Amino acid sequence: MLITLVGISIISWVVITQAPGSPIALTMDPKVSPKVIEQMMKNYDLDKPIYQQYYLWLKKLFTGRLYSFKDGRPVMEKISERIGNTLILNLVATLIIFSLAIPLGIFSARKQYSFLDHLGTFGAYLGISTPGFWIAYLLILETVILFGYPVLGMRSFVTEGFTTAELVLDRIWHLMLPSIIMAIHGIAGISRYTRSSMLEVIRQDYIRTARAKGVPQETVYYKHALRNALLPIITIFGFLIPDLIGGSIIIETVFAWPGIGRLSFQAVLARDYPVVMTILTISAVLTLLGNFIADILYGIADPRIRYR
Amino acid sequence: MGSRPPQKVNQLVESSIGDASFLNPILAQDSASSEINSFVFNGLIKYDRNLQHFVGELAESWKIKEGPEPEITFFLRRGVLWHDGKEFTAEDVKFTYEKIMDEKTNTVRRSDYELVKRAEVLDPYTFKVTYRQPFSPGLGTWSMGVIPKHLLEKGDINTVPFNRKPVGTGPFRFVEWETDEKIVVEANPKYFQGRPKLDRIIYRIIPDSSLSEMELLTRGIDSYSVWPFQYRRMKETPFLNVYSQPSLGYTYIGYNLKNPLFQDKRVRQALTYATNREEIVQYVLYGLGAVANGPFPPQMWYSNPHVKPLPYDPAKARQLLAEAGWKDTDGDGILDKDGKPFRFKLITNSGNDTRRDVGVLAQRAFRELGIDVKLELYEWSVFLKNFINPKAFDACILGWGLSPDPDDYQIWHSSQIEKGFNFVSYRNPEVDRLWEEGRREYDIEKRKAIYWRINELMAEDQPYTFLYVPLAIAALQKKFMLVEKDSTGKEIFRPIQMEKAGLTYDLIKWYVPGAPALEK
Repeated sequence: MLITLVGISIISWVVITQAPGSPIALTMDPKVSPKVIEQMMKNYDLDKPIYQQYYLWLKKLFTGRLYSFKDGRPVMEKISERIGNTLILNLVATLIIFSLAIPLGIFSARKQYSFLDHLGTFGAYLGISTPGFWIAYLLILETVILFGYPVLGMRSFVTEGFTTAELVLDRIWHLMLPSIIMAIHGIAGISRYTRSSMLEVIRQDYIRTARAKGVPQETVYYKHALRNALLPIITIFGFLIPDLIGGSIIIETVFAWPGIGRLSFQAVLARDYPVVMTILTISAVLTLLGNFIADILYGIADPRIRYR
Repeated sequence: MGSRPPQKVNQLVESSIGDASFLNPILAQDSASSEINSFVFNGLIKYDRNLQHFVGELAESWKIKEGPEPEITFFLRRGVLWHDGKEFTAEDVKFTYEKIMDEKTNTVRRSDYELVKRAEVLDPYTFKVTYRQPFSPGLGTWSMGVIPKHLLEKGDINTVPFNRKPVGTGPFRFVEWETDEKIVVEANPKYFQGRPKLDRIIYRIIPDSSLSEMELLTRGIDSYSVWPFQYRRMKETPFLNVYSQPSLGYTYIGYNLKNPLFQDKRVRQALTYATNREEIVQYVLYGLGAVANGPFPPQMWYSNPHVKPLPYDPAKARQLLAEAGWKDTDGDGILDKDGKPFRFKLITNSGNDTRRDVGVLAQRAFRELGIDVKLELYEWSVFLKNFINPKAFDACILGWGLSPDPDDYQIWHSSQIEKGFNFVSYRNPEVDRLWEEGRREYDIEKRKAIYWRINELMAEDQPYTFLYVPLAIAALQKKFMLVEKDSTGKEIFRPIQMEKAGLTYDLIKWYVPGAPALEK
């Protein structure tokens, strides 16, 4: 796993630093002399060969002396002040996804080809194919017109004279829209997965056996079928973990949410290599971790799989 | 849910697409940081409202001694306090200069002071700089914000926490910075020009311009820079005042003069004659701009009002091309000369719709002349790295944002072809000489004559097709007024005006009449 990680970071390093553009002189300022630009490249170690730059990055990362090019702040500080914001948004979105998508999927599978199932399919395709930012714009506009209360950001920017309860409500209010929009795609996708995997399972012999020996419908579905139907969902859950931290560039930008997605997007635009690389490495670690957790969950959920 | 907080608060809420980076004037490069820094810090001097002369800030007055090694002596204001209570002295100015010159400091501002030979503190209130050679744009560089020596002496200036909680001498002092959310500054009660009338300024970071427009319309923010396409909408909004001023910059089509196609002056003139710039201003900028006559924005003192922009005249363009030897001899609809067709690529950066639209209009105009033009768009970094920097382009659409001083030596002098910003490789010995003279001359009337002459010569040479100078447009909630004392000492209110130096030139006099004082 460590070797994979080093491999990933080397490849990312090469791709990112070799892409056109430089962290210095992104704008054309005729008052800046070429000599000064050269000196700054040197200060940022950008004049050194690429393998040396990689080594220096790694060294600085582990000694805690890695600073952002953009604002000279420690990279870990920049990431840690935002990670909570992204985490809460994604946790709420994930909660919404799983609490809605799985029941929806099961319902659709049970009533296969009914009107409601077709409606669900239609809704899911609509959800998958509608761009999130577009729905977001509409929802923001409508909410602002309807309630006349700000929705952007994590909180209202003037909160003087708010009581603690009002402050909490304000936070929850600001969390609602972005997490709902983040959840739309997930609900649409995962409800489809659940439906099809459920349909596959209920055609299995053991379900027919269960039915034949007179087990009640509810028990067949929720005890015998569901447990097996949810196995593929575990894989998806594994993929969700890096997303939890990685954040969403679009939703965070549209809602002015100060999270990791926005940070990494801005860092890429500014060619802020230390920040981009560190976020990429963290995502890589989390992806590997997510796969690992999914493997363990498989072991728990599926007695056929045993690790030795 | 509660309703929107009361709007009549004596504060200004601004917005920005991007967060600030360094609240330290010597390190900041982005516009968000520069704006906050202008609230928190002062320079020794600053431009007046017409961007022509200087007025004192931290320096009460100054004296220029001309000669082969000119000297500027600044006489500093006494009793100015840093926001932490310590007194400001000439040592701080020298420290600021030295920090900028320190190679370890990651600042691009070092370029401004390369011609300084010596900087000295004569006494706590007198600071003297000596230049290696006459360099009149040097005076303007002392509008750089001064940073406090006592707080920045220790530690690495590139990474010190000061850069996120600055201490300056300016009209507003720093309160808080919530990353990617907002920056708050409040009135400095001990400001040397008197306490600002506003209680505070909140700078919100809203990463999307259509959302900030919405916030403006729901009064979540007070001021907004307006795009031409939003102008009418803003104008029709009853609670907004809309202001405009020509901006300090222009958009152009630059021709690579290393390419044999563009080496004949007549060809470049023809391309300008063929470009309907009135139409471009009308349709691309919704009429909110002016056709440019050369490298200087027309509202500035150094722009020559007698140089008229070449008119739109396709017949004249055809004639000039014919004189230069470009004729359609093989009847394929494309001009040719010595068997070579007139064909080139016009490039610009993606993500700028205005430039793209200009490109389409120019392409059509050139095609009508019988020139085969291909328009291509590239991502900014690719655009610079693969095309502009190696000079591997035929023609490009770009814009310059300029400083108020006319010294555009770095853009036009032939010494700047190799490594500077003269990427079109323009070379005219007389113009070269004039640029050199202009930066040596301190007398503004003499400088004016020099730049007027440059203006004439370059209008003739047309190294670029100078397209237009756009209007800078700003919308502001109507509640703000300027408060001033009349001759009897009575407070009077006046409407806010946009100056050449911008909407916020008189910011310390802004006030929201009838607003309750903020609770402390």
